[in-house]
Amino acid sequence: MTSPLTENIDTRASRRGSTFVRLLKRPAGAVSFGILVLIVLVAVFAPLLAPYDPNFVDLSITRAPPSPEHLLGGDTTGRDVLSRLIWGTQITLWGALVAIVTSLVIGVPSGLAAGYFGGATDRIGTWISDAVQSVPGMIILLIVGANTGNDFNLLMVTVGVFMAPGYFRLTRATVLAVRNEAYVDAAKVSGLSHARIMGRHVIRPVVAPIVIQSALTAGMAMGMQAGLQFLGIGGGTTPGWGAAMNEGFRVMRTDPLLLLWPSLALGISIAALAVLGSTLADVVSVTAPLPSRKARRARRAAERAAAALGEPAVVTASTGAVAHAAVDSAVQIENLRVRYETADGEVEVVHGITLDVAPGEVLGIVGESGSGKSQTVFSVLDLLPKTGSYTADAIWIGGEDVTSLGRRDRARLLGREIGYVPQEPMTNLDPSFTIGHQLTEPLRAVHGLSGAEAKARALAMLERVGIADPPRVMRAYPHELSGGMAQRVLIAGAIAAKPSVLVADEPTTALDVTVQAEVLELLRELQQEYRMALVIVTHNFGVVADICDRVVVMRHGSIVEIGEVSQLFSNPEDDYTRELIAASLDGAESRAELDRAFVAAHAAASPGAVDGAGLAPDPDASTEADRKEVRA
Amino acid sequence: MLTFTLKRLVSGVILLVVVATATFFLAHAAIPDPTLGLLGSAATPEAQQALAAKIGTDRPVIVQFGDWIAGLFRGDLGDSWKNFQPVGAQIALKLPVTLSVVTAAVLLSAVLGGLLGVLAGLRPGTWIDKLVKAGAVVLFALPGFWVALLLVMTFAVQLKWFPAVGYVQPQESVGGWLQSITLPAISLALGAVVMIAEQLRNAIIRADGLDYMRTLRSRGLPQWRIVVHLLRNSAPPSLTILALMFVGLLSGAIIVEQIFALPGIGPLTQASSQNGDIPMLLGITVVTVVFVVIINFLLDILLGWINPKARVK
Repeated sequence: MTSPLTENIDTRASRRGSTFVRLLKRPAGAVSFGILVLIVLVAVFAPLLAPYDPNFVDLSITRAPPSPEHLLGGDTTGRDVLSRLIWGTQITLWGALVAIVTSLVIGVPSGLAAGYFGGATDRIGTWISDAVQSVPGMIILLIVGANTGNDFNLLMVTVGVFMAPGYFRLTRATVLAVRNEAYVDAAKVSGLSHARIMGRHVIRPVVAPIVIQSALTAGMAMGMQAGLQFLGIGGGTTPGWGAAMNEGFRVMRTDPLLLLWPSLALGISIAALAVLGSTLADVVSVTAPLPSRKARRARRAAERAAAALGEPAVVTASTGAVAHAAVDSAVQIENLRVRYETADGEVEVVHGITLDVAPGEVLGIVGESGSGKSQTVFSVLDLLPKTGSYTADAIWIGGEDVTSLGRRDRARLLGREIGYVPQEPMTNLDPSFTIGHQLTEPLRAVHGLSGAEAKARALAMLERVGIADPPRVMRAYPHELSGGMAQRVLIAGAIAAKPSVLVADEPTTALDVTVQAEVLELLRELQQEYRMALVIVTHNFGVVADICDRVVVMRHGSIVEIGEVSQLFSNPEDDYTRELIAASLDGAESRAELDRAFVAAHAAASPGAVDGAGLAPDPDASTEADRKEVRA
Repeated sequence: MLTFTLKRLVSGVILLVVVATATFFLAHAAIPDPTLGLLGSAATPEAQQALAAKIGTDRPVIVQFGDWIAGLFRGDLGDSWKNFQPVGAQIALKLPVTLSVVTAAVLLSAVLGGLLGVLAGLRPGTWIDKLVKAGAVVLFALPGFWVALLLVMTFAVQLKWFPAVGYVQPQESVGGWLQSITLPAISLALGAVVMIAEQLRNAIIRADGLDYMRTLRSRGLPQWRIVVHLLRNSAPPSLTILALMFVGLLSGAIIVEQIFALPGIGPLTQASSQNGDIPMLLGITVVTVVFVVIINFLLDILLGWINPKARVK
């Protein structure tokens, strides 16, 4: 019987063959692998390949130039250079092998133990590893090499010891990462012994990184070995590359070739190992390369050209509608499309939407996760992630079409025309700077305030957003604040420059329920106080009822419904809108209740602005409790 | 802060004692009869005995160890077995040479590596990014002395831009001093430069995708201020690597000094190891480990300043 665990392993094992194939499919992988195979063959068959005995002295070829008999000439004591290089290959590879095996034997099991058991095992292992790393290995190698009769193997074992921390850290980190994976837990629960769990489930993910690390370690071991030989240690009478480099170095002014050959041999070997390791790392990690900025720009230009010729680049029509003239709107988006580059090619997440918001108006954008609401907002800000890009027929901000602006001019709108309140307060403040710095920096850098003015303004803003002790908060770091305080700070930052449009991306989602109400209230107050247009993204109709004038309902990257809030609540046209409203009002059992709740809430949001169809707004009913019920 | 400093001090001393002890016994195991190496061809049984009595190697190793470690705590590294002069003074004489090369290499790595890392990280996929990646693959693996030989051949022997060998004291001529350490520092730094650059590049790309970077941009900050925020948040791994590299650079300096004929710790170490001058070798180990401890302490302070969360109260 095969368990799901072994099935999983089998698939991975079968994939390993294809990893090798994929490695060879890359030019860098194929070339470096080919070179290494060649080097290994030369090392193995050195006795057959070398034309002469590496230590045979023929004084007639002392410093001889290359000739048909001696393809690379002779060295300073009359030995055949080519033969010595070929034998040197064997020595170099053997030395690297000894060092790697030593490193592996010390580093991997200790790293496994440290990562898997943690606690004291981990602390002791890490301490020893750090200690080894803080000792200059070359000094110890010189000590070891000094009077032990230049025992080559012993030296390479020592090299291996100094490289072991590399394996230790790598193994430990990888094991730490998988230790809490479900399949390891499952193995623990099913009563497998530690040794079996480690052997079966923990070692597996470590294999690929270790192979890659070994390629690098082999290269470094070769370098160390040659370095030691260069200093005259560990060479003895053996024809090592390092010793040959030393000899060549001494005569480099007269016979530079004697330095060139061994240096080339060493350089090519190390580079081949390094390239192989790096290509392997690329092959193993599945991230596909993203098209360059240039390619994306070219593609967008091509699309624009096609559009100009009247050939619509895409088939689906734009959804949504505008309610104001472009020049009168605070923001107007026409036919916005947002795309992302993914490993599987390009994915469009917003399929052409049109909407607008007037100065002083509050527009809600509602939809479930993945409906494209946040992407819409980031496009307006021109702050999509690097893999994202958008196209639009036009984006009007403050009566100006900004799609034709350069990146720099576009960025100038930020902080001046548009303010942004993010979703997750705790991840939206720079952890390395004080709140005071983050609030005053834009005021000084963007708005030209002096240090003192900026500080006074920041303090006033903090006071305004309801921070109890502004001077203390100014000195605090983000991790010292609660989520609610952080969100108030972010709101203060967004409105400090008195923008004409405030964009809030799910500003209350990450907050406690009680804090949500306060933050929403604050946003409403500030919107009215500054007469800003407010675009508020939410998945919660309670928030919409509370604060919005108009609402856009999005689903799967398109607008399904757009209209006045009262209209939408009392008479939603789309089934999806109805579902969303119902989902937002879990407590409400009937349409009547829903309506009452909406009217009550909306009356509170903007008294007098409501004409609830057939249901008279009752200001007295608009208590905090009602609004909470709506949001619940 | 005081407890932090004390803690680091204690752990530094422990590290030093452990390394010193290990090296002591390693050296005595590797060099069972130092008088042989010290006297060379002049070694007769009588001369060996006389020398052993003079340097105290006729006593049990454990007694010698007690003596030496007690001296270490008094700040006395003992006398050289070769010329009977104090070890500390001789190291102090050579140290400035090695330190100027290593410091120049560290500065070069930090500045050049930082610059390349930022440029590559801000524009992934461009030629500079590819250059950093390719450089990181190949240059990191090539040993410093290999690069040194290449540089000597090219710039000192062929082009004659720099002196091939020798050291000029900064007191004599600052320009000459800079010239004499330029090639050695570049040979040592090249691997570190690309390593730092690649680390920083990856960290910057990671940091650039974080929420707060978008929020900072939404405030309209100019690009260079955005870079400051990015840099401060992505510097820690690169700084850690830089500190780690310090040890590697010291190791590399030993060979590179040999190539450039710089009278630093390198030739001293090599000569001492050939002579079997154990006190000198131990002294050099202790001094370098002290430097490593200091560097790591400074690194912790720096990381604490950069990342307030990691700051010790």
